[in-house]
Amino acid sequence: MGEQRNPASSAEPVAMNGGQALVKALELEGVEVIFGLPGGCILPVYDPILDSPIRHILVRHEQGAGHMAEGYAHATGRPGVAMVTSGPAATNIVTPLCDAFMDSIPMVVITGQVATAAIGTDAFQECDTIGITRSVTKHNELVTRAQDIPLAVRQAFHLATTGRPGPVLLDIPKDIVDPQHPNSAMEWRWPTDAEVAASLPGYRPTTKGHPRKIREAAQLIADARRPVLYVGGGVLKARGAEALRELAELANLPVVTTLMARGAFPDDHELCLGMPGMHGNYTAVTAMQEADLLIALGSRFDDRVTGKLDGFAPDAKIIHIDIDPAELGKVRRPDVPIVGDARLVTVELIAALRDIGAEAFADRTPWRQTLSGWRERYPLTYEQSEPGELLKPQFVLEQLRDRSPEDTIVAPGVGQHQMWASQYWTFRHPYTWINSGGLGTMGFAVPAAIGAKAGMPARTVWAVDGDGCFQMTAQELVTAATERIPVKIAILNNAYLGMVRQWQEMFYEERYSEVYLSPDLPDYVKWAEAMGCVGLRVESPEEVGPAIDKANSINDRPVVLEFRTDSSEKVFPMVPPGRTNSQIIVGPDDAGEEVVQ
Amino acid sequence: MNRSHQPARHHLLSVLVENKAGVLARVASLFARRGYNIYSLAVAPTDDERLSRITIVADADSAPLEQIVKQLHKLVNVIKISELDPFDAVEQELMLCTVNADAATRTQVLGLCDVFGARIIDVGHNELTVSLCDVPARLDDLEDLLAPFGLALVQRSGRVALPRLDRSSALG
Repeated sequence: MGEQRNPASSAEPVAMNGGQALVKALELEGVEVIFGLPGGCILPVYDPILDSPIRHILVRHEQGAGHMAEGYAHATGRPGVAMVTSGPAATNIVTPLCDAFMDSIPMVVITGQVATAAIGTDAFQECDTIGITRSVTKHNELVTRAQDIPLAVRQAFHLATTGRPGPVLLDIPKDIVDPQHPNSAMEWRWPTDAEVAASLPGYRPTTKGHPRKIREAAQLIADARRPVLYVGGGVLKARGAEALRELAELANLPVVTTLMARGAFPDDHELCLGMPGMHGNYTAVTAMQEADLLIALGSRFDDRVTGKLDGFAPDAKIIHIDIDPAELGKVRRPDVPIVGDARLVTVELIAALRDIGAEAFADRTPWRQTLSGWRERYPLTYEQSEPGELLKPQFVLEQLRDRSPEDTIVAPGVGQHQMWASQYWTFRHPYTWINSGGLGTMGFAVPAAIGAKAGMPARTVWAVDGDGCFQMTAQELVTAATERIPVKIAILNNAYLGMVRQWQEMFYEERYSEVYLSPDLPDYVKWAEAMGCVGLRVESPEEVGPAIDKANSINDRPVVLEFRTDSSEKVFPMVPPGRTNSQIIVGPDDAGEEVVQ
Repeated sequence: MNRSHQPARHHLLSVLVENKAGVLARVASLFARRGYNIYSLAVAPTDDERLSRITIVADADSAPLEQIVKQLHKLVNVIKISELDPFDAVEQELMLCTVNADAATRTQVLGLCDVFGARIIDVGHNELTVSLCDVPARLDDLEDLLAPFGLALVQRSGRVALPRLDRSSALG
């Protein structure tokens, strides 16, 4: 909330209508792009958009607008903005709201609503948007007076971007923005920071860690013989990657980065163990199991990370740092809870550790040696395909990784391809991995990649998608082609809902129920071309590299590469559902007995 | 809601909220969403018209108090939450009940009401409507004692509570 961009605050009152005020408020909040689709109730707001410097990207489905706003927010660190009409448009954007809520993505969604006098009458395209979205937003508000619009917008951006970030929805009845209606008349006034704060008496996020807790945590870290820094998405939200690296290097702390934190710590760093969890690598999973101290930094002990909870990290003391007090003790009781911003607390921890002095830290050489031994013994592996066989998805991802710029942004859908992308990519920079972690939203990749590219036009953006996911939101490539947003899509087409197929193979005695999709229907190349993209089909290993190079050289339109991949390939390692992390299955020939030595 | 008046283990929360449309719905849907059970709920504006107070009796077995309080705090319209220890709070609840009281039993019913300090607020040919405002356990007792006469209707308000005042300084 910057007073500096507050040019109108001291000026004489200016008469406006609510629609103009809404667009002006968005401009003053620094919004450069809105993802949206107009309709009856939001129409009056779309008129002043014609006169605004804000870029509007016209989506083909409102779900696309929401995921684009998420992708934009994740890539740029600025709140994503989506605007849609009432009724079905509002319900269509519920999934992205829930996705952003689960993954703490700052987003402001504006929905149209029927006129205040019609609310509650089951009017055309009326729905109870506030009621429907209450449990999937950080906050939502029905704005009932044009005069309240500037404050509501300031509150929305303040709430979305501070504390634990999240989506905020403003529901705007038509009459308060419609210049034809007297209810839209208002006098422009831009509220000050102090007025915004005073208008939210119940909202005071804690950002600085408690000094005594910081000292206790530093002492635990100094004394630990088998510590692991368990890093979650909160570090990225707090822009804390640099501080994290300093902390890890200062205290010689091995780091695991969860699915939401990929890129927060460089994968090629000697202290990086990679991703933990259900499909984490052996070393990351087992390091957490065997640790004597877990430093949870902006992570939330998700069930996909802990496996069966009562067998998770049995010997570890827990330091849990999170900006959301409700996360501390929600799943696992911490020995040292610290409420605060992940970056600020990290900086405070670094200072406290310096006070203790590196010479007083416990010897971690044996622990580091154990970890290197595991890494050598249990690397990620897969078998290369024989000539004439379908492509191995892991091979495709390795080629994509090696042939794309180092700072490429990767946006996957949800399923096997997402796990392989997370495993086989080498993340070296924060904000290069944009995925749907908490909600697991199939169809996330294409619109999220478009949003990321809209926010970071100079970067290469690859959506890594499955064939099942692609079919859910592919129409947004029409948006990308029309708006000249040249994203690249790699479809790993294994003709199945692959992750479901894997579970049916492993846990339902190979009884495959409703998971087959067909490799040829639809024809992805023709579909891509019909949407204004370049489409290429890749079937043999020697075609993979050249096709990727060609895609990387095209920058005037979206490209879709369809890779025909082996449907029998499964994601390993895997901690089977309901098992502890000690029962990790490292590969297809492993029975998953406890292998810790 | 549960008909049982005195849950075996319960949390008593006094929640100060902004007096705005939809705030009660936010609190109620949070409880539903997180699987916390509410035994009783009382809501009214405070002396400051911008604020309301919600008094919630929640089932202690459905969730740890700490999680309920922390999740409630995340609601933007929630300003302050006090957990009231039942031993350290003054609680009151209002009961209205219509009890059968014909010529044969009326004297006994009136006698019981007199013992409890209950007021007769409506009189019919064969029924009386009784009002009692007291601690919830006393309401339970009167209800039990009136039950044999035949209770036609019972309506209870859910409890409201405030922290017990500190008296140590007055003695010292």
